[in-house]
Amino acid sequence: METFAALAHGMAVAVQPMNLLYALIGVFLGTAVGVLPGIGPALTVALLLPVTYKLDPGGSLIMFAGIYYGGMYGGSTTAILINTPGESASMATALEGNKMAKAGRGGPALATSAIGSFVAGTIATIGLAFLAPWLVDFAVRFGPEDYFALMCVAFVTVSATFGDSPIRGLTSLFIGLTLGLVGIDKLTGQARLAFGIPELLDGVEVTTLAVGLFALGEALHVASRRHHTEEKIEPVRGSLWMTKEDWKRSWKPWLRGTMFGFPIGALPAGGAEIPTFLSYSTEKRLTKHPEEFGKGAIEGVAGPEAANNASAAGTLVPLLTLGLPTSATAAMMLAGFQQYGLNPGPLLFAERPDLVWGLIASLFIANVMLLVLNLPLVGLWVKLLAIPQPWLYAGILVFATMGTIAAKPSVVELSMLAAFGVLGFLMRRFDFPIAPVVVGLILGPIAESQLRRALAISLGDPLVLLQSPMSATLLGIALIALLAPFVMKGLGRFRASED
Amino acid sequence: MTDLPQAPASRRVDRAGVVIAAALAALAAVLVWDSRQLATTTMYGMGPEVMPVVIAIGLGLLAIGNLVDALRGNLPERESADPKAVWLILGGLAMLIAIIGLGGGFILATSALFVTTSAAFGRRAILIDTAIALVMTTLIYLAFDRLLTLSLPTGPLERLL
Repeated sequence: METFAALAHGMAVAVQPMNLLYALIGVFLGTAVGVLPGIGPALTVALLLPVTYKLDPGGSLIMFAGIYYGGMYGGSTTAILINTPGESASMATALEGNKMAKAGRGGPALATSAIGSFVAGTIATIGLAFLAPWLVDFAVRFGPEDYFALMCVAFVTVSATFGDSPIRGLTSLFIGLTLGLVGIDKLTGQARLAFGIPELLDGVEVTTLAVGLFALGEALHVASRRHHTEEKIEPVRGSLWMTKEDWKRSWKPWLRGTMFGFPIGALPAGGAEIPTFLSYSTEKRLTKHPEEFGKGAIEGVAGPEAANNASAAGTLVPLLTLGLPTSATAAMMLAGFQQYGLNPGPLLFAERPDLVWGLIASLFIANVMLLVLNLPLVGLWVKLLAIPQPWLYAGILVFATMGTIAAKPSVVELSMLAAFGVLGFLMRRFDFPIAPVVVGLILGPIAESQLRRALAISLGDPLVLLQSPMSATLLGIALIALLAPFVMKGLGRFRASED
Repeated sequence: MTDLPQAPASRRVDRAGVVIAAALAALAAVLVWDSRQLATTTMYGMGPEVMPVVIAIGLGLLAIGNLVDALRGNLPERESADPKAVWLILGGLAMLIAIIGLGGGFILATSALFVTTSAAFGRRAILIDTAIALVMTTLIYLAFDRLLTLSLPTGPLERLL
């Protein structure tokens, strides 16, 4: 019952007028940017990090949480109205949603996705609130070797297990790990990979990497293949409201989608794509209207959208309780915590309960705001989609570089941003996943320091990694997850999530 | 370390893939070279020079894996790309860096990037775009400088405001 008390306390923090305002700004910005094709919540948080470092940590984190949820609502709007999902997790939504929009049922498609996201988000956030204290109790007993092993599991599952090609996923991860080495070693004060350049001593900024890879890389990629694609926005015709029949066909997929999304998101496996596609195929099998699938079946929108949102809330479980980011967006949220010198994990629950529980409580509020805001504002979001592509991307690049210019207006930092942009472009062109680079950069140094602490305590005996049963089990899981894709075919059907 | 055996591999060697493998191997070599420069001072456990070597070994193995993929022609299909658009955006970024480096200020620097990016996406109305860019970046500058009190680099235009 302490959860209820903590949650009530968090609610008191979240309903403070300033925090409500931050949540509102967050969901508004998140949706607006999420609607823009090719831009996801990870980039939105990355763009805002340099701008918000002067604000109070509680408020900014609440805003980032709003962006996180809002970005997904925006992404599904884009997936339904133009058939280019902004994030891979919306791909399943685009399958039926765009067909519904073409058939003049765009309104109900948007409605079932918004209400389904609300239902799933609320249930999953309740799940988060109850699972988190339990996991925290468990995690306080973790030694450094257990954390290191846990991070190994996250490294492997994020990069290798569910990607198209484990080789390319691991390559991305190791590029991120290499970037994580740059700068002064915190334990000995020696500079690694700095090549005598003073700007590199502080290490690679996560925001510079993320903005370069996501914004610049995406703009270069879209510009280079502009002659291949033509986007068409489906106007929202007819009623926005769902009929009684629509409700009857939607509520079970919402609940089933949540059941897929939350547990899979909460496992350190990352990616909302697996639950969304699982939900899609389940609904396709269970539907009473199989003839509509492929032509715009509402179940095929309701289920995956719920799964998507539930898995996003699930991703916050390992992030808040263990400090373990399993998606690019979660990695950016972790960078947001670090900006204020906060480290998510069991200690944060003990030291700053107001902050953690305020954040969790504000997720409920963000969900309500999104439901209330999004359907009436759908006309505004459609207008955003109508911005001509040249101005859209030119504007995105101005905002993308602005963050770096405001934080560190040096030639070295801006050149790094440009170099990461080229890297992001090449990775997209040669089909390397982007998220493992960001996760590698942010988690690599943490994993290294945990390993070195473990070895320092054991006086250099590497067997400490196998003597702790928890660590040995986790390392075994990591090994299986690494070898599985080489042994089994078919896992590659689920591409690793990019956002 | 081979990729999933997929459709019958085309016999053509993917040259870009070979370059990627070579770049990974070069990166591994840099890591090893750099770790040699570090002093080993740690009595127990591992010093700062261990992790770079571990990552270098990983990169070396991945270089081999990527090379095998490239030689088998196992890389995913690529669509033709328009190099002009890419160079236009990169040129805009170079101009931005140069203008900031030379003290030209935020407005001129980001306007240059806006115009080149817009051109890369097929716009030919450079004068109109320049006007839009100058107005937009001036508004952004004012908003950030006055409202959020974030310091953006100033140049001749910013001093007029």
